[in-house]
Amino acid sequence: MKQITVLSGKGGTGKTTITASFAVLANDIVIADCDVDAPDLHMLLHPQIMKTQEFKGPKLAVIDKTKCIKCGLCKNSCRFDAINDSIQIDPFSCEGCGVCVVVCPEEAISLQERISGHAFISKTKYGIMSHARLDPGESNSGKLVTMVRNNAQQIAEEENCNLILIDGSPGIGCPVIASVTGIDTGLIVTEPTMSGIHDLDRAIQLLNHFNISPLVCINKYDINRKNTEKIVKFCEKNKAEVTGKISFDPIMTEAMVAGKTVVEHSPDNIVSKEIETTWKKVLSAVNRE
Amino acid sequence: MIISIASGKGGTGKTTVAVNMALSIKDVQILDCDVEEPNVHILLQPKINETKPVYISTPLVNQEKCDHCGKCSEFCEFNALFVTPEEILFFPELCTSCGGCMLVCPKNAITEKNVKIGVVKKGVTKSMELVYGELNVGKPMAIPVIKDVKKQINNSKTVIVDSPPGASCPVIESVHGSDYCLLVSEPTPFGLHDLKIMVQVLEGLGIPFGVIINRAGIGDKEIYDFCEEKDAPILLEIPFQRKIAELYSRGTPFILEMPEWKKKFQLLIDDIKGRIKK
Repeated sequence: MKQITVLSGKGGTGKTTITASFAVLANDIVIADCDVDAPDLHMLLHPQIMKTQEFKGPKLAVIDKTKCIKCGLCKNSCRFDAINDSIQIDPFSCEGCGVCVVVCPEEAISLQERISGHAFISKTKYGIMSHARLDPGESNSGKLVTMVRNNAQQIAEEENCNLILIDGSPGIGCPVIASVTGIDTGLIVTEPTMSGIHDLDRAIQLLNHFNISPLVCINKYDINRKNTEKIVKFCEKNKAEVTGKISFDPIMTEAMVAGKTVVEHSPDNIVSKEIETTWKKVLSAVNRE
Repeated sequence: MIISIASGKGGTGKTTVAVNMALSIKDVQILDCDVEEPNVHILLQPKINETKPVYISTPLVNQEKCDHCGKCSEFCEFNALFVTPEEILFFPELCTSCGGCMLVCPKNAITEKNVKIGVVKKGVTKSMELVYGELNVGKPMAIPVIKDVKKQINNSKTVIVDSPPGASCPVIESVHGSDYCLLVSEPTPFGLHDLKIMVQVLEGLGIPFGVIINRAGIGDKEIYDFCEEKDAPILLEIPFQRKIAELYSRGTPFILEMPEWKKKFQLLIDDIKGRIKK
């Protein structure tokens, strides 16, 4: 079984619109949306939820006011500044580590489980989809990403699918690391802007750090052809294969508004053709791995 | 006054708004809290005059003192420590640096060592102070770097905080403590969906907010209905223009070549000041 993650470093380069089109073009795949704090893939693939699981995030410290003597030891020991002067816990800052529980002389604090989101297994026209929703403002998205990926792997085994297509989140931190560990190939979607180039560099470094061979797709390549050339040269130097260039076209947004992938909405449009060519190259690179 | 800028969805124009706003006013400090992919410095090209390392503390076990009682691994909520009769295994990527293992060890066998996870850079341009963080590639935890960036806040100035995309802990850390938050979105289904998530976050935090619609003219009108329904003020619309996109692609803040926008950003700041006072 092969796993490919679409990532970008910089946000808004077109990861999700391109991943959704790949899902339509591919056969026998499991789809995983690993952008759990702002997931968007479902708006194009319209999954029907078959199974919902609770996600238990970090626990939450709770103070029993009848026992608390306001000595302040908990506040002084908390490294996350989650306890204020009135000895109240800020649930947004509490990491659920339990240090306050240990230091409290009155045994007034306990850790309680909290549900921080949900994971879903769904049916789509294009294959089974594993996805999730972290509750707004919650932490530990990396752990939920791992849950989504484990679900996807289990389904792929059951259904005999040999490819998992993963949509990642922007950045290079915890959730992205959880989206790329153990995969075969990472496809970085970039754009020919100075910020895009800077962030591409860091995304390539991230994949190299985990010994994953990077592929690159330049979206909106025609908004700045000079920068596109720069990216191509940069990729050559860094041994990252450029597997596709996709034109800037308002049709991408029109398709999104219609709730469709661009390859279904306008199959004859140049953008759809470019995505198809890119997908073929990505597939052959994945199979080489 | 601290104004943070967030979006939910990535690539909606947070950094563009932050930088152009900062270039339109005086006495301003800009903080880039998107430490995974900082971009403010690319548009502003500051002269860096200070680079400070960011450390986190991780446990260091003295094998001679340790009697493998297992109290530390029992305590650790994140399974970062695993004790066998022969050795102690430590998984740094799971450690949150809470310090609890050190507290519960009955043999005082655990101390801490510092591990560098990134840097904070301070710089200046002609008109402003800039601070940004950079998480080392391969390190998962952005929060300590964001905290160190925010320690540099200069309260005598108007402070503009550029946040990372998403709606989880790094965003909370970035917008925490701000007087007002600007949510930059675009009139597309993705833009709206992620804006709704950020609105929930800010309501939970009790931070007042307004909306900036970038690339106005593309997509659909649903975002306007949502803002009206939520009573969320739309403070500025930036139309989709090829010129703005091209300037951005070259790394040029658009007000430098479209000075008529300076006034609009100044009015935006005045508008926010008025709303904070209320």
